[in-house]
Formats: sequence, structure tokens, C-alpha cells
Amino acid sequence: MEQVFQQMINGISLGGIYALMALGYTMVYGIINLINFAHGDIYMVGAYVGFALTTFFNIGFLPALLISMAATSLLGIIIEKIAYKPLRKSPRITALITAISISLLLQYTMMYFVGPQTRTFPEVLESKSLKFLNGNVILDVKNIYIIAITLILMIALQFIVRKTKMGKAMRASSYDLEAAELMGVNVNKVISFTFAMGSALAGAAGVLVGIYYNTINPLMGSLPGLKAFVAAVLGGIGAIPGAVLGGFSLGIIETIVSANGGSVFKDAVAFLILILVLLVRPNGLLGKTAKEKV
Amino acid sequence: MISDEDGIIISYTRLLNNIKVMGGRVMKMMKKRLTFVTVLVLILSLVVGCSSTGGANNSDEIRVGLNYELTGETATYGQGLVEGIELAFEEINNNGGVLGKKIKMIKIDNQSKATEATNVSTRLATRENVVVMLGPATSGNTKAAIPPAMQNKIPLISASATADDVTVDSNGNVKEYVFKTCFNDSFQGVMMAQFAFNDLQLRNVAILADSTSDYAQGLSKAFQETIEELGGKVLAVEAYQAGDTDYKAVLTNLKGLNPEGLFVPGYYEDVGLIIRQARELGLNVPILGGDGYESPKLLEIAGASALNDIYYSSHYSSQDDSQEAVDFRESFKEKYGREPDAFNALGYDMAYLVADALERAGEADTEKLKEALEATDGFEGVTGVLSIDEKHNPVKSVTIIELKDGEPVFLKKLDPQ
Repeated sequence: MEQVFQQMINGISLGGIYALMALGYTMVYGIINLINFAHGDIYMVGAYVGFALTTFFNIGFLPALLISMAATSLLGIIIEKIAYKPLRKSPRITALITAISISLLLQYTMMYFVGPQTRTFPEVLESKSLKFLNGNVILDVKNIYIIAITLILMIALQFIVRKTKMGKAMRASSYDLEAAELMGVNVNKVISFTFAMGSALAGAAGVLVGIYYNTINPLMGSLPGLKAFVAAVLGGIGAIPGAVLGGFSLGIIETIVSANGGSVFKDAVAFLILILVLLVRPNGLLGKTAKEKV
Repeated sequence: MISDEDGIIISYTRLLNNIKVMGGRVMKMMKKRLTFVTVLVLILSLVVGCSSTGGANNSDEIRVGLNYELTGETATYGQGLVEGIELAFEEINNNGGVLGKKIKMIKIDNQSKATEATNVSTRLATRENVVVMLGPATSGNTKAAIPPAMQNKIPLISASATADDVTVDSNGNVKEYVFKTCFNDSFQGVMMAQFAFNDLQLRNVAILADSTSDYAQGLSKAFQETIEELGGKVLAVEAYQAGDTDYKAVLTNLKGLNPEGLFVPGYYEDVGLIIRQARELGLNVPILGGDGYESPKLLEIAGASALNDIYYSSHYSSQDDSQEAVDFRESFKEKYGREPDAFNALGYDMAYLVADALERAGEADTEKLKEALEATDGFEGVTGVLSIDEKHNPVKSVTIIELKDGEPVFLKKLDPQ
């Protein structure tokens, strides 16, 4: 029983990271139908910005998190303006290939500047832990931070999308980009904003991963990026609550697979889920019921 | 010469075109294409062959190739070995060199990748005219570097590739030109199992091994066999993949089995994360491993507070007080300004062994050098007295290191039985 609780904590912490990243995929897809494969690498850049801030400038955890989010959102906007905007009227495959190129560009540019070796984050959060059930279930402070920050960011995102004018414009654009434009919505601004938000979430995930696992490298974004994509599809790509549900489900599924002796197959299982979802329920868990795609 | 071959290409393309126009029989065409490709490859290898013989053999220097992990995930090993080698050859050259000639090192980075290791090995063998190749550091990369060495009949020595099948192929035949100066994985696994059972009194242990590395698999298998022979029990053998970041699920699972100890053969990057996460989950039993723990990065990744009750087998301890070891420490500190680690010592020993074998061979010839290496008996280095056995492996003792708050402490030396 204690083991089940401990595994749930492990799974939810892992899932929180996937959920944060899946949100970025889903938002961008919801608006311009582009699967932004560079998303995982924006997460990597976020981790490196967080690393630089905490290591070289001795900045505390929360300010480092916020500055990283700002930096990655700027990066997201720049990438959109330079690489995706000129292709908005091109076939979708062109934009997809561009996204993959941007992904590789970010990885190897980073490798050129910081080298391929693994870096270790400094200890920015004191290592404390809460013990339950005779000390058999351990909830680390870092787990609490990951879960809490994930939830706070999701609630903030939901608030922006539901209650603000920009959110309204985002929802309108996701229904019909051209109609929204005709009704006076500044579509360029909406798309930039979407990229900024998605990238900020990825940046936050990067910093959290850096602190949680303590190691970062320039290629750290590729596999989690793909898994976050699986999470977004599982939840229903284009649906915000779906991305959250998909992220947490994937984290928990991976943990269950590893716990049952399948740690070598857990990556395979993640992609098996992708295939199954696409075959059985292409709209994902929440894709159909949620009418709004943002 | 080139124009002749061009002619062949043209006639071949014509032939191909004719077939295409006439029949369009796909299978046949594929076959012809293949021959066409073979001809191309032959021509290319001719060209490469020409240029390689073009590189003149400078007679007042002996060229030694270094094929090492200077960047990438196992860069600390490669860099450590290279530091030791460079120190040794510098000393040798300052003392008049070998056979009256200076040693010239050709150092190339293999980026910690097996494919690059093969490329570097090919380049050293065919274009750089080296008399011996040193490295790479890890077993996987060393195996990748062997085929070019064997084809070109150039001795290859690794000071840290501990896999059993580096010097011996799958049929048990010795690879003629491959040597190593460090003990085998299975030997480390056996020694650690004896240490766990006899010294730490562990009876029920669990194993968590990297499924993608020969090194971890070799240690894991030998450890399990030995501890079971001694009367201990292996509760579970779990696997992970190098490069994973989250081990908590599998560690939680192992914790549920209540092992008295954990054997985690692997490299420092993964092991650092595993130890850290194990301690975070309250799994505070002794953790044992092999020489892959040997890196300052382990301390960086795992953190000092997690690194207690950690034991690993090593080639060398900086607390060793034999005369060779003390002298080495002094000259190393003078050049690099810090204490040497095991990889520095292994690199240093290997370089001196090469010089020793070259002197015994009498001339810088690959064939004679190979024979001299085979005849090595009682070579005194800083990592112990070393002889090469009939399988091109060394016979030497293993050092057990304990980590206390991340600090390595020399525990004891275990001799092979």
C-alpha cells in the first residue's frame, strides 16, 4: 500500500512536467494547427537559462523561474516571427519540417555554446521531505514544488484563456482564424501571445526538471518533447484540460510500467499509447467533448 | 589512373542506361547498381590508400595515436586518461625519449560515440602512421575502435576498457593486436560480490543495472553468480537505460523488497542520479559498484549528503603509499595542480608500458611491439605490478574505495585468487 502511494507521488511529479510541456503543444496546435516540434528544445533552453541564473548569478529559485519563463517566451515569439509566420499560408508539411529543423538548430547551437557535457544544477531548494505511513512514503520538497507550480500555472493559464480579452481573442482564433481576423482580432498578436505562453510553460518545466533531477544537457528536450506530444494527443490535441489530463496520465502510466519491471520499455509504451490513441480515439480523451480548442 | 576509372564509370552508366531502356527489369538493375557501387567503393579506397602512403614516416619521432572521449558523456574518463598519458610521454621525452626518438602524440576526440571511435581508429591506422593506438576509455567505444586496428595490424591498448570480450572474441580466440592494462568486468563483479558477502556481511541484495551497456551487464552477471555461489540471495535484477532521468519508480519497487544492499554497476552520470534518488526515497542501504563511479561528477550530481555507504572497486587509490605512486602524485600535482585520480594513473601506466615495450622491441615496428607487449611480465606501475596473460589481459589487484560524505577513502586491496 505504501508503495502504491509512493509510486503515485513519483508518477504525478513526472506527469506534471509532461503536462506543462503538453500545454504548449496543444495551445499552438489549437490556433495555427502546427505541431511545434521545437517545443522540447525551448524547454531545454529554459533549463539552461535557469542553470546560468542560479549558478553564475546566485539568483533564488522563484526569480530564476520567472526570468527563465520570460526568456523562453521571448525565444518562442522570435521563432514564430522568423520561422513560422512566413509559412503560415504554406502547406502544413512545410511548417512541420521547419519545426523539426528549428528543433535541431536549437539543440546543436546550444551544444556549440555550452558543450555536450551534462551540467549539474546547484542545490537551490533545501532538501527536506515529509514522511507518511511510518516513514515509508516520502514526499520531497521538490515534488511539492513541481506539483504546486504546475497547478498554479495551469490555473493561471485557464484564467487568461477564459477571463481576459486576449483569451477571448485566442478562443475566437482557434475557432476560425480568418473569421476572427475579419472581426477585428489582431491575429498576429494572438499567435505571438500563444507562442509566448506555451514557451513560458516549457521554460518553467525545464527549470523544474533541472532542479528535480539535477542534471541538464543540450539534448535533454528531445525525448520529453516527444512524450509531451504523446500526452497532448492522449488528452486530445487542442484541448487545454486534455493536455493536463494527458500529461498526468502519461506520467502515471510510465511509473506503473517501470514499477512492474518494465523500465526498459517505458519509452516504447509511451509511443504505443500514441499509436493506440490515434487508431482508437484520434480526438483523444477530452478532444470531442471540449468544444473549444484553445 | 583516375581517368581510366572514370572510363569504367561511364561505360557502366551506359550499360545501366541500356538495360533500363531495353528491359526495365528492376531486379537485374538493382544487382547492376550494386556492382556499380562496389566499383565506386574500390576506386575510393584506392584513392584513400594512395594518400595514406603519401604521409611520410618521420624517422626521428615515434607516432602514437590517442583515440579518446574528450567531449560527450564519458569525457571525464577520456580526459583523465589523456592527462596521465601526456604527463608520462612528456617525462619520457624529457629523459631522451624511446630508442633515441621522441614520442609524438596524435590526439583525436571520439565524442564518446562508438561510430566516431571507429572513424578515429581508421584515421589513425590509415593516415596518421601510428605505431600503436591508445584508447578509447570505455569498453563499448574500444570495441568499436578494434576492427580498423586489427585490419591494419596495429597494436591497440586500452587502459580502462574493462569488458571481458575486448581482447577475446565470442569464440574465445584472442584478438592478436588488442591489449588492456586494466582488469576485467567479471573480475570486478566477482571481487565486489566477495567484498559484499565477506566484509559487509550482506546476504540479500538487489541489482539495478544499465541494460544498454556491456560494462554494467558484465559486472552484474559476475556479481550475481558469485554472491549466489557464496550463499547470498539476489532479490531482484532490475534494468534501466543510460540517459534516463527518473529512477524513482524502479527504486520504490526495490525498496519494497527490503534489500540489505544494492549493486548498481554503471557510469557516474546515471549512478549519481540513482544514488541521489534512492537516498531521497529513504533507501539508505549500502550501494556498491565498479570503477564507473570514479569521477568528480558523481559528487556533483548526487551531492555529498547522499554519498555515504558507497563502495566501489577501483584501479588505484591516491592514498596508496608505494614509491611509484608517491612519485607519480608529486609530478602530477606539479603539472596539473591537483591530486590524480584512477584514470590519470591508468593513462600514466599505459604510456610507460608502451615506452617499456618499445625499448624491449628494439625498434618502432608494429609487429615487434605486439610481441613485446605479449611478453610483459612484472611491469611496475603506479596501479600495481602488471603482467600480461595469454588472453592479453593484465594480472593485478583491485582496490576497494569507500565514499564518506562524497570523499573517497582507501579501504583495502583485494588480490586475485
